[in-house]
Amino acid sequence: MAANVDQIFVHLMQMMVDRVPDAVAPWVRAAVGVGAVLGLFGLLFGLTTVCERKGIARMQNRLGPNRVGPFGFLQFAADGIKSLTKEDVVPRSADRVVHYLAPLALLTPVVLTFLVLPFGRNMVLMHVDTGLLFFFAAGASTELAVFMAGWSSRNKYSLLGAMRAIAQMISYELPFILSTVGVVMIAGTLSTVGIVESQAARPGEWLARWNLFTPWGLAAFLLFLIAAFAEANRSPFDLPEGESEIVAGYFIEYSGFKFALFFMAEYLGMFASSGMAVTLFLGGWTAPVAALDWIPSWLWFFGKLLALIALFIWVRGTTPRLRMDQLMDFAWKFMLPLALLILPVVAVWHYLGGGWRGWLFCTPVLAAAYVLLGRALVGRRRIQRRVYRYAGEGVAS
Amino acid sequence: MLGVGIIKGLAETGRNFIGSYFDRDRLVTVEYPEQRVPLRENFRQFPFLVHDGQDAAIGLRCVACQICEKECPPQCIYIEKSKDKKPDHLGKPQFFPAVFNIDISVCMSCQICVEVCPFDAIKMDQDFELSTADRFGGLLLGKTQLARPNTHFQRIHPREAAEIDTRRADERQKAEAKAKADAEAKAKAAAAAAAGTAAATTTAAVDAAKPVGARPAPTTVPGPASARALPGAGAGTVPAAPSEPGGQV
Ligand code: SF4
Ligand code: SF4
Repeated sequence: MAANVDQIFVHLMQMMVDRVPDAVAPWVRAAVGVGAVLGLFGLLFGLTTVCERKGIARMQNRLGPNRVGPFGFLQFAADGIKSLTKEDVVPRSADRVVHYLAPLALLTPVVLTFLVLPFGRNMVLMHVDTGLLFFFAAGASTELAVFMAGWSSRNKYSLLGAMRAIAQMISYELPFILSTVGVVMIAGTLSTVGIVESQAARPGEWLARWNLFTPWGLAAFLLFLIAAFAEANRSPFDLPEGESEIVAGYFIEYSGFKFALFFMAEYLGMFASSGMAVTLFLGGWTAPVAALDWIPSWLWFFGKLLALIALFIWVRGTTPRLRMDQLMDFAWKFMLPLALLILPVVAVWHYLGGGWRGWLFCTPVLAAAYVLLGRALVGRRRIQRRVYRYAGEGVAS
Repeated sequence: MLGVGIIKGLAETGRNFIGSYFDRDRLVTVEYPEQRVPLRENFRQFPFLVHDGQDAAIGLRCVACQICEKECPPQCIYIEKSKDKKPDHLGKPQFFPAVFNIDISVCMSCQICVEVCPFDAIKMDQDFELSTADRFGGLLLGKTQLARPNTHFQRIHPREAAEIDTRRADERQKAEAKAKADAEAKAKAAAAAAAGTAAATTTAAVDAAKPVGARPAPTTVPGPASARALPGAGAGTVPAAPSEPGGQV
């Protein structure tokens, strides 16, 4: 029974494919799978925007949207209709073709990244051996779209936003990818399915082998998450669209449904990053303890995904925006060295075979690196009295 | 240490998040159309015309003196004076506005019209839900739309209304007393005159007897008359009345 529920979507898909001739079977499989994923994540996008607005409102002791539908949960439908019926304004001096293509060029790679995410046991749209590589390759091409949008709008704010976005995305791309290398080293495969399977509990073990349960895994998970915040352009790394400074950054000149597409791409990117974090560090669709294996695998995946999304919202409701130099310092002086340090630590962990010896070695090294790097980053600056060279007491008038 | 601030911040927002579901006092939002904050007494929006009694056509206090029209900085008041007159609360005949328009899309709620009106006829209203689909016609308020009973004024500005009401009652009383005194004085004078004429001209001219007979008529009327039915009012409404005996003679 439990196995049936676990595989219900796989069986459904198989039934559908069995009914069509063999020649079109792969197409049907692809279309149904992509349609299901798009529909599901589209709906999740809508609900997330509502939950985010409601959640952040509560964090600020406000009520949040509560008018459309029960408890305001249909707000996203109203917003969607609104953005669909709005006028689509294109600046006269904009580069029309590039301006038009930018939202599509942003959304397409983001959607592509969902292909390699394993949503459950035997539930992955595209089973490739280099899934992780595909994920990062597709994800990184969003930078091009962002710059297309910023450049083609012919607006200084959008250009500034695009510049900030590029600088930020490229800086955080490094720790984003480097933090996953440790996982690949341990799992010995680039396939996302393989990585998830390597984290499942072995027969006879009560605890799963999630990478999160190791010192280096915890550190890498935090690095990955922070980099994912930056990649998704979310607070505290929302400089590219800083509303108070450059209005909306690179998509300032977009209106109507194109604006909604940017918005959607941003959220889908966040889901993809969260899904990858789940896959790499939180054991994908596996249960944390073997005793809970009877819960369907896709429920585990989406439960973890939703928990991470909640974390994203929580952080957004908490942190203020960073300054550009703080952003760069943080990426290059803190995250990159730490991500590099994790690699030898993982090697030693692997050599020691994990266990208490691994903990004994890895934890102090990583903790010391964290404290020292953190001190170098923020502890250095001492507040001192400002000295004015050409004004003040010391200057004879 | 790096990261402590973030943890503290997360704890704070988490506390707010949970707390706002259990502690209603945290939520200060007033859900507007259903819930409303009581308006302050000195809140003001756009002017309205005060009228006494229930019928705006009769009780409008405005006498069409056009001071407010001249003083309004953005010139959004338009008044046309009436041709005829009608009695005000003191019974004096006064003009009234045949047309009184305020373009509230131009009005800047400065309250200058209220300050300059010597008749307490125009006051600031508190109605702020004035949005309309017609931005020209819908925002040009005419006399009937502007007229509100004094009870409305008493409700939105109780203190000011009470003060004005007592002042106006005093004025009315004074006017009444004065009218009474006038009437008595007149009656006395008439009586004295009648006695004088009777005593002096014993020869009793035939035409002199007429005024004596005519005089008692105006003197007897003011006795039971109310504040409204004053000699002046009688003169205003009945143009034939100023047939003063002297003039006729
Ligand atoms: S409130 Fe000011 S602007 Fe409005 S009608 Fe009166 S004087 Fe004019
Ligand atoms: S509202 Fe007052 S100031 Fe304006 S015309 Fe009437 S009586 Fe005169």
